[in-house]
Amino acid sequence: MTIDALIEPSAHGLYCPAGDFYIDPWRPVERAVVTHAHADHARTGSQHYWAAVDGESLLRHRLGQDISMTPLDYGETVHFGPISVSLHPAGHVLGSAQVRVSDGNRVWVVSGDYKRDPDPTCQPFEPVACDTFITEATFALPAYRWPPMQEVINELMQWWQANAQAGRSSVLLCYALGKAQRVLASLPAPLPGPVYLHGAVAPLTTLYREAGVAMAPAEPVSQATKEEDFSTSLIIAPPSAAGTPWLQRFADPSTAFASGWMRIRGNRRRRGHDRGFVISDHVDWPTLLQTIQQTGAEQVYTTHGRAEELVRYLREQGLNAAPFATRYGEEDE
Amino acid sequence: MRTFVELIAQLDRARGTNDKVHCLVSYFRAAPAADAAWAVYFLSGRRIKRLLGPAQLKEWLAQASELPLWLVEETHAHVGDLAETVALLLDPKPNNSPALSEGLSHWVDTRVLGLRDLDDTNRQQAVVHAWQALDAWSRFVYTKLLTGALRIGVSQTLVERALAEATEQPRAVIAHRLMGQWEPTPDFFSSLFEARSAEEMASQPYPFFLAHPIKTDPAAELEAINDWQIEWKWDGIRAQLLCRQGARHLWSRGEQMIDTAFPELLEAAQHLPPGTVFDGEILAWRDGVMPFAALQRRLGRKQVSAKLRAETPVRLLIYDLLELHGQDLRSAPLSERRVQLEALLKDCELPLALSPLASAKSWKALHQLRDESRSRGVEGLMLKRKDSVYGTGRPRGPWWKWKVEPLTIDAVLVYAAPGRGRRANLYTDYSFAVPDGDQWVPIAKAYSGLTDKEIRRLDRWIRAHTIQRYGPVRAVEPEQVFELAFEGIAPSNRHKSGLALRFPRIVRWREDIAVTDADTLAQAKALLND
Repeated sequence: MTIDALIEPSAHGLYCPAGDFYIDPWRPVERAVVTHAHADHARTGSQHYWAAVDGESLLRHRLGQDISMTPLDYGETVHFGPISVSLHPAGHVLGSAQVRVSDGNRVWVVSGDYKRDPDPTCQPFEPVACDTFITEATFALPAYRWPPMQEVINELMQWWQANAQAGRSSVLLCYALGKAQRVLASLPAPLPGPVYLHGAVAPLTTLYREAGVAMAPAEPVSQATKEEDFSTSLIIAPPSAAGTPWLQRFADPSTAFASGWMRIRGNRRRRGHDRGFVISDHVDWPTLLQTIQQTGAEQVYTTHGRAEELVRYLREQGLNAAPFATRYGEEDE
Repeated sequence: MRTFVELIAQLDRARGTNDKVHCLVSYFRAAPAADAAWAVYFLSGRRIKRLLGPAQLKEWLAQASELPLWLVEETHAHVGDLAETVALLLDPKPNNSPALSEGLSHWVDTRVLGLRDLDDTNRQQAVVHAWQALDAWSRFVYTKLLTGALRIGVSQTLVERALAEATEQPRAVIAHRLMGQWEPTPDFFSSLFEARSAEEMASQPYPFFLAHPIKTDPAAELEAINDWQIEWKWDGIRAQLLCRQGARHLWSRGEQMIDTAFPELLEAAQHLPPGTVFDGEILAWRDGVMPFAALQRRLGRKQVSAKLRAETPVRLLIYDLLELHGQDLRSAPLSERRVQLEALLKDCELPLALSPLASAKSWKALHQLRDESRSRGVEGLMLKRKDSVYGTGRPRGPWWKWKVEPLTIDAVLVYAAPGRGRRANLYTDYSFAVPDGDQWVPIAKAYSGLTDKEIRRLDRWIRAHTIQRYGPVRAVEPEQVFELAFEGIAPSNRHKSGLALRFPRIVRWREDIAVTDADTLAQAKALLND
């Protein structure tokens, strides 16, 4: 690492020495700029947080209502000594942000997690011109390209419809923050039956509704009537619910998993679910390359995921690229 | 081709065997015989001679996808399946290619086998052109066919069940018809629907009757020892020798005709009466049984040189008589079959021989006899009920194999490679080494024995402790000790360690001991003399 790096990896997280603050630190620090509310990026214990206002309620839900926090509008600038910082939409989940860091001469951008596919639950990703781009690489292999969301939602509706006709409940396992709400917001009326939410999904969905995100009606499973046998229902639950007794209340459940990993047959088969839907809140290979190009960055650092392969590929394309060791991605999709 | 591709996609999605059988039955009922014949061929695990190697396909894929070859290789290692890698790396297409209306057999004839007549340039052009016109699933199936085999989690048993249902023929008849050699022609498929013919039997072996392993003490489980015929469990190739209508054939349990690999056995069978079928074990034998590795040199040969015949002489030790004078004896009790077998082989000459019986007065005495197994070069004992018929499958009860405890060593993980299929993008193919002075000498590869949970944990450890990468293979820090079990050990000049282990597998992850406690090469070599 050169001495004048605007951002460098450290034992606590990505660090800006000139501004003395951290981005998505995994240990408690004094000043933490947080890209989004997923647990591997937003961790408890820091003295003060800066994050996008759209995600404030999610962050407080995750980290505690009483955290000390400065909510920022997208594009609003704050100063850390000589360094100016602004947040820009990352399109990952509600309130997710890229962090633009500048010392007046150079611009570095930390992507956080991001995607380019349309998502009705959050502001779309906005390319930010920069000299150095620090990007996630969760799905940075060319096998990962996302089919159009509409196509996947059609498949999902067919699966649900067929289950409902056969008197089977449809259990969709997906990440509780972001993915669940994105699916819920994408379901076209009329629905084959009611939608119910797992206890880990329901409160987050309420926060999304309070933030003004329009989604299909859904209720917590705990509030279903005694007569409900769930035989025409779609139940949205986190992956950790798979194989637990919680599933036993549903009629002959058909389970499906929604994740970018479902692109690979081996992953689908290993999970042992009836279906795998390719829905990801991360960039796929083509849009990752497209984004790097759009930023105009000459230097690219990669964080979690297939960092090594991406670095080698970018170098062959004439870019200056290197991996950053981080602890992100430990709780992924 | 479209209906076949749809079948494969349905099978991939199907959960549970009944669901799969249901998909297969619908396909077999509706598909033209020419296509269905090829479907049976590939789905039952048969393969055509591979025309294109994976290296070549990957090169073409790299060109067609405009990706560097190393990235295609990395992606292949991650995806765990070459055909799927092809399907995923090329641009998505709708499944409306006119070529998809051509049947499966037409595809195989023109676009797979037809490649034989083309030079490399034209082959590449034909393959890449087909790839680019197809949707992902069709591309996947087509590339599977190019690589010769379609392994997609359908077993021969499932195909048999589905065919039995579709043809309304007994399952055993279908099983019998799928054994051995046949060509995937429309006539073959149609003939599956016909009632059984007499001459059909002539070239076909019987389905092998298999023994269940016994894990507990037989004294507790099997009652009177006198009810049991006791044989040595040979470590060779299980085979049926057929002498019918002037022809003689040798079939392995893998349903392969192995006539050409063991010509001396067929020569020796010339003197047997027509209409005879034996079940026995082929062994390499010189002053006693030789290690399995010696026998392996004979396998898969189209021709066996006089030199090889002399170096690894073989014999067939016969332990069962399934047919005599053209009469199927399988429903006669074993004791009766044995009497007839002994009478028939009374004057027989090597390399055919009667497999001798072992005997013991009590289970306790038999325990002691079994302890001699390793020094006798056998794997243990076979226990067969004297009144047992020669059945099908592997039921519990009539026949048991009682193997000696395997040998074990504690070895250290040194390399890992990603698995395939269900184990794609997990490091599951392990190489183990033992120390020899300050060097690590690889001694075995093992793929099985860990739980899914352990595999995932070890995968994470491997990724975090890689010291070097060779393509998809990672060299890791020599820190993790595993107990490996194996059935036998033999000297080998093909391996750096000078040792070849038979059927190595992982017994447990020895996190309780340090690397310094692992067995040394000298200790492993000492097992040779045990």
